[in-house]
Amino acid sequence: MIDPVTLAVLKGRLEQIADEMDATLFRSAFNPIIAEAHDASHGLYDARTGETLIQGKSGLPIFVGAMAFAVKAVIDKVAQDAARAGGALSDGDVFLFNDPYDGGTHLSDFKLVRPFFRDGRVFCYLASVGHWHDVGGNVPGNYNPVATECYQEGMLIPPVKLFAAGRLNQDIVDIVMANSRQPRSLYGDLNGQINALDLGAQRLAALLDEMGAATVTEALAELKARAARLMRANIAELPDGTYSAEDWLDNDGIVDAPLRIALDIVKRGDTMKLDFSRTAAACAGPVNIARSTAIASCYVALKHVFQDVPANAGCLEPIEFAIPENSLLSATRPKPVGGYTETILRVIDVVFQALAAAAPHKVNGCAYGTINALSLAGHRKNGQRWVMFSFFGGGHGGHPEGDGLNHGNAPISTATIPPVEILEAAYPVMFTQWALRPDSGGPGRARGGLGAVYEVTPLDGEADAFLFAERGRFPPRGVCGGGDAAMNGFRFEQDDGWHAAPMASKMVGIRLKRGQRLRIESPGGGGYGPAAERDPAKIAEDVRLGYVTAEAAARDYGPNAK
Amino acid sequence: MTADPSANNRSRITVGVDVGGTYTDLFFYDEATGRSSTAKVPSTPGNQAIGFLDGLAQRANDLSRIGTIVHGTTVGTNALLERKGAPIGVVTTKGFRDVLEMRRRDRPRTWGLWGQFAPVVPRDRRIEVNERTLADGTILTPVDPAEVKAAAKLLLERGAQAVAVFFLNSYANGANERAAVAALKDVWPNDCINASSDILPEIREFERASTTALNAYLQPVVGAYIGSLEERLRGGGFGGQLLIVQSNGGVMTVDTAKSRPIRTALSGPAAGVIAGAHIAAAAGFPNVITGDVGGTSFDVALVVGGRSALAAETKIDFGLVVRTPMIEMTTIGAGGGSVAWVDRGGLLQVGPQSAGSDPGPACYGKGGGAATVTDANVVLGRINAERPIGGKLARLDVAASRAALDADVGKTLGLGTMEAAEAVIRVANALMAGAIRLVSIERGHDPKRFALMPFGGGGPLHAGALIQDVGLAQAIVPRFPGVTSALGCIVADMRHDFVRTINRPLDALDVPALDRDIVAFAGEGASLLDRAEVAFAGRETQIEFDMSYVGQTHTVSVPLVLQIARGASGVTGEAIRAAFDAAYARAYGRLLQGVPVRLLNLRVAVIGRRPPFDLAALKPDPANTLDGARRGSRKLWIDGAWRDAPVFARLDLPAGATIMGPAVLEQPDTTIFVDPGLSARVDALGNVILERR
Repeated sequence: MIDPVTLAVLKGRLEQIADEMDATLFRSAFNPIIAEAHDASHGLYDARTGETLIQGKSGLPIFVGAMAFAVKAVIDKVAQDAARAGGALSDGDVFLFNDPYDGGTHLSDFKLVRPFFRDGRVFCYLASVGHWHDVGGNVPGNYNPVATECYQEGMLIPPVKLFAAGRLNQDIVDIVMANSRQPRSLYGDLNGQINALDLGAQRLAALLDEMGAATVTEALAELKARAARLMRANIAELPDGTYSAEDWLDNDGIVDAPLRIALDIVKRGDTMKLDFSRTAAACAGPVNIARSTAIASCYVALKHVFQDVPANAGCLEPIEFAIPENSLLSATRPKPVGGYTETILRVIDVVFQALAAAAPHKVNGCAYGTINALSLAGHRKNGQRWVMFSFFGGGHGGHPEGDGLNHGNAPISTATIPPVEILEAAYPVMFTQWALRPDSGGPGRARGGLGAVYEVTPLDGEADAFLFAERGRFPPRGVCGGGDAAMNGFRFEQDDGWHAAPMASKMVGIRLKRGQRLRIESPGGGGYGPAAERDPAKIAEDVRLGYVTAEAAARDYGPNAK
Repeated sequence: MTADPSANNRSRITVGVDVGGTYTDLFFYDEATGRSSTAKVPSTPGNQAIGFLDGLAQRANDLSRIGTIVHGTTVGTNALLERKGAPIGVVTTKGFRDVLEMRRRDRPRTWGLWGQFAPVVPRDRRIEVNERTLADGTILTPVDPAEVKAAAKLLLERGAQAVAVFFLNSYANGANERAAVAALKDVWPNDCINASSDILPEIREFERASTTALNAYLQPVVGAYIGSLEERLRGGGFGGQLLIVQSNGGVMTVDTAKSRPIRTALSGPAAGVIAGAHIAAAAGFPNVITGDVGGTSFDVALVVGGRSALAAETKIDFGLVVRTPMIEMTTIGAGGGSVAWVDRGGLLQVGPQSAGSDPGPACYGKGGGAATVTDANVVLGRINAERPIGGKLARLDVAASRAALDADVGKTLGLGTMEAAEAVIRVANALMAGAIRLVSIERGHDPKRFALMPFGGGGPLHAGALIQDVGLAQAIVPRFPGVTSALGCIVADMRHDFVRTINRPLDALDVPALDRDIVAFAGEGASLLDRAEVAFAGRETQIEFDMSYVGQTHTVSVPLVLQIARGASGVTGEAIRAAFDAAYARAYGRLLQGVPVRLLNLRVAVIGRRPPFDLAALKPDPANTLDGARRGSRKLWIDGAWRDAPVFARLDLPAGATIMGPAVLEQPDTTIFVDPGLSARVDALGNVILERR
């Protein structure tokens, strides 16, 4: 058996390889969604099953779970090719694809998967995924709130060989570039991903030379076993029982009716079953997700709660999933999946809520629970087209150690928001407010963090606004007796005054004139613990600093509010 | 400053003073005689000036004989880390008072959502005024001085002692900020007034606001400290020049330090890196990685070709961002006091928790009980339990170390005491090696071209293992590892950095305007050097651009060599493009065809080279002999067995001596462990070079 010290050393070395691949792409990417928002990920995957072996620490958390399915899709494709045409995998092959049903997430995420050979056999796979700026479809930036089929959301590329035995197939590059509104950005990002895979292969080869392939293989197996053991230990500490929660999406953008996401966690001994049977059926609009994406989002939620478990496939070993076919969480082609972020955030919320009863000391109130994708597009005076696309933030939930973080990023990502000054320098827009939103955090012993108010107007002629969001009708929930946060609010000015978003949280092509403002009031986080238990001094401080208004304090905290 | 230059010329003693958390280290150098000496006194945390003066008194009872004092200080660093700056106020654009608190919408850790953040200035001391500047510099709404004065009144009522003004887009036009500052000067009771366009005229509002606010936050604290220090020095008869080390590794005058205290955020560590670069270059190693092993952390910095790398931005803590050039330092939580523990998956871990200095490692016998890296070194015999460094403790409690290792590591992993101690050292070494890889291999540097320079009390214990782990060529242990930062104060140059955001595609660049900016910054830097009244051995102006392809958000640093003469720099678009291509190719390999290029920021550094310090002053006494340095032997646990290893008094070794490992070299401020398979050679300057046999 591998000694624990060598194991600890190898764990660090392997993680460093994935981290370095992340860093290479972040620094050289063209599109800010990768470069600033880090919507990308890299790792090492099992040669036979595609399971995650090692994942970089700086990539997008949701990909940690999803990439295993992407690599498996390539492994299946290779097996198919071998059976069909006798084609074999060679050293230097790199597959490219964005099929969201096999590999998870949505069409914007392009995956590059490369077998890593050692002594004539596949030792493992290296993979890179990155969110490309534009992959075709009806709406620039691909957040199309009214898509009813994936074909409206962009191009769909199945696993194809971008490189065959080290030789680039330029035809494929030409095809994907021809299908994008931003071909140059795509070209830059694709190059960055290729560089990251090259670098990973070099580093891994050097490590195997130094430590021996057998030792590294043993270490990888042992790391997985330990993650499983640690997850089992975490689960075993919870009382046996069934823990249920349900939450809702506002609508699917097509039909204005709420969609239920329900979870029953059945916990026995050191295993858990996550049962989503009571969840809504697949819907017409783009908030469906593939089964692999649903599992990946559970993984993210569990990693937030059980932080000491290393990020590899062992994490999920003691966990069974029940996701019925044709559910909102197991969509198949051609159901649209472009708004997958909203659904996975809600899956994470129900995991937190269900676990709250079993592990109150480990959870937190729900975070703001929406990606708030806003796109503003127009033409400059010189006729040039501009598209500003960004995700807006909100509050995090209260937790056992204190109040929630104000203005945080989504639990599925580590993205930062672009500075106002960068946006104003790059696009003809002016922000009139960029501030914390009072009364948006859920009340509780630990109050939820505050969401934000963002107000923006076009400076140079007209602009069309597209918004893809959620939490317009169902607030982020508190846990363990904590109160709910404020809901998302969208308003915009027209000649006759202020209007609300027609589907509460989704808008398509709303025309704004110069000086007419669009306002996002984003949700805070849910509270933790009963409001009645909040320290009166903290309530008074909140009122003094304007995090909570006096009226809201009197309403939510009653006699404790002075 | 009222220094009399003639007095400056008469007194030739230069003193470097580094005030750390535990000790104040001093380095005295007499230019007339070429002699140097060191002193170490306990720091006085309440008022560092007291320890400072105590230290000076050890070697120089007549302060009038001292010409220059160069000071590395942690007053600013500690105020930031412990959140003990002054109460400050902020005046800002209507609609944007929460920028400091909203940050860039991040969170402290990838996994886990339990983050919290309190900005250094609470919400009720951030006041909005009506004003607006657009991204192109147009003033949409001028600022009203009366409104600013009303805001100031409110801030003063609420206890603010310093004020920061930051208006949106002021990097593009600082007129509104300047008008606000003019209004503030009428009502503000002190000089602690800061405009963001003055502190950092660079795009990105949070980073600019944070840097400006943190500068204000430090002004009263650092200003009071430096003021009191100056007063005591003058009172003691000191008539020379007092200089402060900046985080960029250069020094500045006390006046600059009082108005720009944020530049002292990494003053102490920067001095150490500067010394490391100097010592290594003198010993023939232009490429070194410095590694400072302290009680709780391991700080690594890279020196290439004798120059330390600078980072444009540093995060002091979550949400505390400082955007001024600082020595690029990678810090991990692995030091002598780092605690060893076994996680629930059965994996041995070291740090990041630390036993600190109180209770400290188990061997301190203060009832700490936790097994630390130091305890492992004690048990293995590498640290002499009978003569602990620093002189605060009489002896170390080996039994307590053994018990702690058994309880925290051995029992869980099924290892004996000695095996557990070895395992802790291996994991600690692996962590430190990871940090070294991060700054070297990960940035494309071949480790074989680098030497490691360990300093701090613990560095030389781990150096041998680290060079083997990472594949570094050698380790060079300076003669006085414990006072390296104080020595760095003596050798640091004077340096002033300037930045301006340009943000234009290269083909639309206003080259004459850029030329004017370069010349203006160079002139401003030169006049700052003139005013410092320091004799420089030479001057240099470095010009650098932050550039990218249009569409990229990350930039590469593009240095360009220009000669400024007759009010012109001679800069051209072609020269910039060629320099960009070269820098991009170095960073990423291939250039992208047909994609236009953008120039984001201009950076100018003006450097005054201080007179060189000859390290020969520190070389070993020629009368030293190898035998004279022998101090018997002691049992060390190495690779699973006890072995007898010779012990030497390091400072008594002669130049040219070579000692085969295993061996231990002891000196008052550190212990050098020579691993088996390595040799230790004393070079002509008295450095110990560890290398493979």
